[in-house]
Amino acid sequence: MENIRSDFPILGRPLADGTPLVYLDSGSSAQKPQVVIDALVECYQTYYANAHRGVYQFGVQIDEALEGARERIAAMLGAAEVEEVVFTSGTTMSINLVAQAWARMVLEEGDEVLVNEMEHHANLVPWQQVVRQTGAVLKHIPLTDDGHLDLDQLQNCLGPRTKLIAVTGMSNVLGTINPIGRLVEAAATVGARVLVDGAQSVPHAAINVQDPAIDFLAFSGHKLYGPSGIGVLYGRRELLEMMDPFLCGGNMISEVGLTESTWADLPAKFEAGTLPVAEAIALGTAVDYVTDIGFEQIGRIERALLVEAQTRLQEIPDLVIHGPDVDHKGAIISFTDPRVHPHDMAELLKRKGVALRAGHHCAMPLHARLGVVATTRVSLAVYNTSADIDVLIEAIHYARKVLRRD
Amino acid sequence: MSDELYDDLILDHYESPYHRGRLESASCEHTELNPLCGDRVQLQLQIDEERRIQQAYFEGEGCAISQAAASILCEHIEGRTLGEVEAFDARQMLDLLQVRLTATRQRCGLLGFKVLKTLAYAYDGTAGTSA
Ligand SMILES: Cc1ncc(COP(=O)(O)O)c(C=O)c1O
Repeated sequence: MENIRSDFPILGRPLADGTPLVYLDSGSSAQKPQVVIDALVECYQTYYANAHRGVYQFGVQIDEALEGARERIAAMLGAAEVEEVVFTSGTTMSINLVAQAWARMVLEEGDEVLVNEMEHHANLVPWQQVVRQTGAVLKHIPLTDDGHLDLDQLQNCLGPRTKLIAVTGMSNVLGTINPIGRLVEAAATVGARVLVDGAQSVPHAAINVQDPAIDFLAFSGHKLYGPSGIGVLYGRRELLEMMDPFLCGGNMISEVGLTESTWADLPAKFEAGTLPVAEAIALGTAVDYVTDIGFEQIGRIERALLVEAQTRLQEIPDLVIHGPDVDHKGAIISFTDPRVHPHDMAELLKRKGVALRAGHHCAMPLHARLGVVATTRVSLAVYNTSADIDVLIEAIHYARKVLRRD
Repeated sequence: MSDELYDDLILDHYESPYHRGRLESASCEHTELNPLCGDRVQLQLQIDEERRIQQAYFEGEGCAISQAAASILCEHIEGRTLGEVEAFDARQMLDLLQVRLTATRQRCGLLGFKVLKTLAYAYDGTAGTSA
């Protein structure tokens, strides 16, 4: 494990006051291994050019690197075809792309989009917007008290008008791993499509978009140890083919006249303008990095850390951990302390070098459901260690001491 | 032990706030949120004909800084006129707290102050002056 940690140069650098960094905010954004940083630098230093345009040496080289990255991403996802992988700026853009280029076209008045109470705003607000634009209706699968989708209610939420189920693979607050297979089966009974928000799930577990067969998958490079500003939309070819472009401009056209144009083939149709090409290439390197470690190994490391952290947090009196037990979630723990507001908790943990998030984590409806305004969130990644958890636990005791003056 | 941020003044007000609750005879009330962290402060003021704040109460939820600051603010403004409140600036509010706040935490420390300013100006602009 120590060798994984040493792949990440930032984790070895003490903070400004000399305190070692304990980074527990990977759910927000993961740190980058040296190989990803090197891939960016190598691109800019040795062969940078715009993609899809140059016949000169770098133009050819950059296209090879870019398409190579796309191939490795497609392989990681189990996509049937490389062209089903579209580069976007991240999860948010991927979901907005599907909302505007697919849902807006297919939804009719009275049709239904099925979401749920645990979604990140990025998988909620785009649907609120598109139902307003089309006269469709947004429905919600309720949650159980322990933070699962209430599958007993699923049948009541589905109907002949359901056109889409949009669901997160893993909750960014509770860590809940959603039963995508069950949802895909249920969607099939009414002919609905399924979009999975993979922002949290893709970095933590192997996925195969063909089993269970999902229609759309969105994720961000920066949570997968890759660069910021780049992400992916996977879409089934037949769906991407029937969609009009989302953004229009260069690269996405086949032929442009003064009044009309025809669209380029996939995936270029959805990649208008200049891509963050170095970032896309380095995302390919990040994919190599995680697949070299292997998702099984990543799962083992993270699960051991999760069990240890959750067990030790549970030993702290009055601390409330929200969401499922460790057997039903990924490496995220959100908690509240009845006497220490999350904002104060994060402030005091910061003094011990612990970097984590306090707030609503872009999931206000979920916090309303939990009956709290904010939580403190620990999110673990493959580079965390037991020593990080030791510091966390000690720091929480310290925070409680300061605020309770005991 | 005394903490540089969570000192006795802040924690005393956080644990035993001054005038936390409902003021039935309020002349006006207003709420603001800090959307970043979910802090919420509502102020309720009872203002007399001389435009003097007779009573100030607050309600809310949030971190120790935002809630203690609201409590300290209520204690400070009772007996003062709206004219005095209008002259009261953010620097003075932060000085009242007696601890140094980073830029992010200043938003917590100034949440109640923001509500007060909104109330004072709105009160002058409406029925307040003639009532
Ligand atoms: C579940 C989930 N969906 C969507 C997003 C948005 O990702 P991005 O900001 O990279 O578009 C996040 C990240 O915070 C997330 O956790």
